[in-house]
Amino acid sequence: MEQFVRTTGVAAAILRNNIDTDQIAPGLFAANTPKEKHAEALFRNMRYLASGAPNPDFVLNQEPWDTTEILVVGENFGCGSSREAAAKALRAFGIRAVIAPSFGGILFNNCFRNGIVPVVLPKDIVGHLADEANSADDGTRITVDLEALTVTDHAGRTYAFTAPDQQRAMLLHGLDEIDFTLGMRDELDAFWARDQLRRPWVYHPGRRADGA
Amino acid sequence: MGSTFFQKIWNEHIIHSFSERECLLAVDRLVLHDMSGSEALFQLDKAGRIPMKPEMVFSTIDHFIATFPGRGPEDERTVSTSGTGATKGAGVERMSILRNLSNKFGVNFADIGSLNQGITHVMATETGIALPGLIIVCGDSHTSTIGGIGAVAWGIGASEAQHVAATQTLLQTRPKTMRVTIDGVPGPNVTSKDIVLHLIRQIGAQAGVGYSVEFAGSAVRDMPVEGRLTLCNMAIEFSAKMASVPPDEVTFAYLKDREYAPKGAAWDEAVRHWRTLRSDDDAVFDSEIHTDITGLEPQVTWGLSPQHTVGISERIPDPAHETDELRRAAMERAIAYMQLTPGDTVLGQKIDVAYIGTCTNSRLSDLREAARVLRGHKVAPGVLAVCVPGSSSVRAAAEAEGLDRIFIDAGFEWNESGCFGCTGLPGAAGARTISSANRNFENRGGLQTRTHLASPATVAASALKGHIADVRQSQALGV
Repeated sequence: MEQFVRTTGVAAAILRNNIDTDQIAPGLFAANTPKEKHAEALFRNMRYLASGAPNPDFVLNQEPWDTTEILVVGENFGCGSSREAAAKALRAFGIRAVIAPSFGGILFNNCFRNGIVPVVLPKDIVGHLADEANSADDGTRITVDLEALTVTDHAGRTYAFTAPDQQRAMLLHGLDEIDFTLGMRDELDAFWARDQLRRPWVYHPGRRADGA
Repeated sequence: MGSTFFQKIWNEHIIHSFSERECLLAVDRLVLHDMSGSEALFQLDKAGRIPMKPEMVFSTIDHFIATFPGRGPEDERTVSTSGTGATKGAGVERMSILRNLSNKFGVNFADIGSLNQGITHVMATETGIALPGLIIVCGDSHTSTIGGIGAVAWGIGASEAQHVAATQTLLQTRPKTMRVTIDGVPGPNVTSKDIVLHLIRQIGAQAGVGYSVEFAGSAVRDMPVEGRLTLCNMAIEFSAKMASVPPDEVTFAYLKDREYAPKGAAWDEAVRHWRTLRSDDDAVFDSEIHTDITGLEPQVTWGLSPQHTVGISERIPDPAHETDELRRAAMERAIAYMQLTPGDTVLGQKIDVAYIGTCTNSRLSDLREAARVLRGHKVAPGVLAVCVPGSSSVRAAAEAEGLDRIFIDAGFEWNESGCFGCTGLPGAAGARTISSANRNFENRGGLQTRTHLASPATVAASALKGHIADVRQSQALGV
């Protein structure tokens, strides 16, 4: 897992509700997008005109937001498809933190595994941060700190957020999730030994209890 | 205080708690498909790892396979590659990765040509891979479908799927609990698809964020298993990652003797356990929603979110009456994209494509409902009508009772099974489509494609008329 501790910088606001993962990373072949193309896929149908030229009205095509590491978005960001290409596209573009009133649950987890912290804050605070994001051309900057679990606005006010302990720890320290779990092998084996007695039918799909 | 169905199953699967809500859970079934599943196995292999319990892992090909009749195992579906940088042949590669690594690792693989091949959520329930009380995950958001047989099932990312393959466990934060109680008897020709579209309109596309849903009430009790699967399928469309109908006698009758279901004494022992998996009478849910569907009419979406739904006789709402700024903006955007007019009806909108299929509505009962409407009639000129059964066994069962003839005689294409029209519909860019699918998102069906979601019966009635139709009238008039 790629490490993330904190970032300070320009934020970009796309204040729409229900931005689904089809919008974040369009197309069925998203799963097979070559690595170097992930950044290009991000918000493809909003970022580019039908001609293929960048859409000058889209915030991520404008300075200083074109190098942002922080997105401020509306409710239920990343709802819909489970495609991890959505998180990969965000990260490949350079995003390290997304701030929203709520997230689609699958993208929320996918963010951690791709070096991005998903930050849930109340709607009015997200609205305020979006206003600040829109003033970034005047030098407005915000900070997202996963260690302190705070977002700090340009005026220095801090807003606390929560993150699941273990996912936070893995992101803070850049831990390999599979290695971590395999390190608990004794605990896993003990669980399965107990559970096989309780729910034997689970462990041998389709087989009779007598093994036939 | 008693426990909910969900709490009982969740607690039964906790291997280790990291905090009050965050746990390492035992996973009973990992289901993989050629899109995210191929990636999970590819990364697993690349890291030099192997599956922890391959006998509990199941894979099949659904996303990239072509569905034309007589397709071969290497035939890639046609698809819009807009904006992803992907090229033709990418699907062939994903299918081949899944096939090779499934065989290498010895997981249960249903290849093209096997009756078990099909959309993961369709094949998982009809083969008994999915059973009540099991935790089942798949790299696909519509895995919630499987909760309809009394399992707890949800969609995960490819990295999470890789972790499950390597460890047969998953780190997960316990969601809150929501009970949705649906009472009443709907009007004629109204299916679970209409009921759930109506529900999403009432509660909104974000209502389920952070919740595990239990469906309850007389309408759910009276529903056959396949209707319950459709209900749970659409839970992700109100952003609940998982939804279930606790198992009952209807569930047990549906699952008995399925290929991977326990047999003999093991079945009896399992059923005894499954009967305990219900919410206690004094269980408390974090959220309760009640809805009465008495007299409900067929439902159709008009916009770009499943919450943009109206009854077939209603008018398209006017965004000007919406007070919330972001909601109003979304409605305006939807009306412009869909090329509709507020105050107009969806009824009578001319369609280019009619599609029956997807994990939402591609089971035998769905095909029967559509066939009942189509029998003896012809699809309107100029409409491209396609039916894609959800699994190879659904297709075979439909053919055994002659449903394929009804579809073909009416002018429908009768395809092999796969996901096909869920992401990237047949027909030209910008086509107006009525579909039995689950998502009407912007550009999901192809660039500028305008998708209206409805039940299979409404799709069939609309295909015959050439415009969005009221299936009740088709039935009454014999079209």
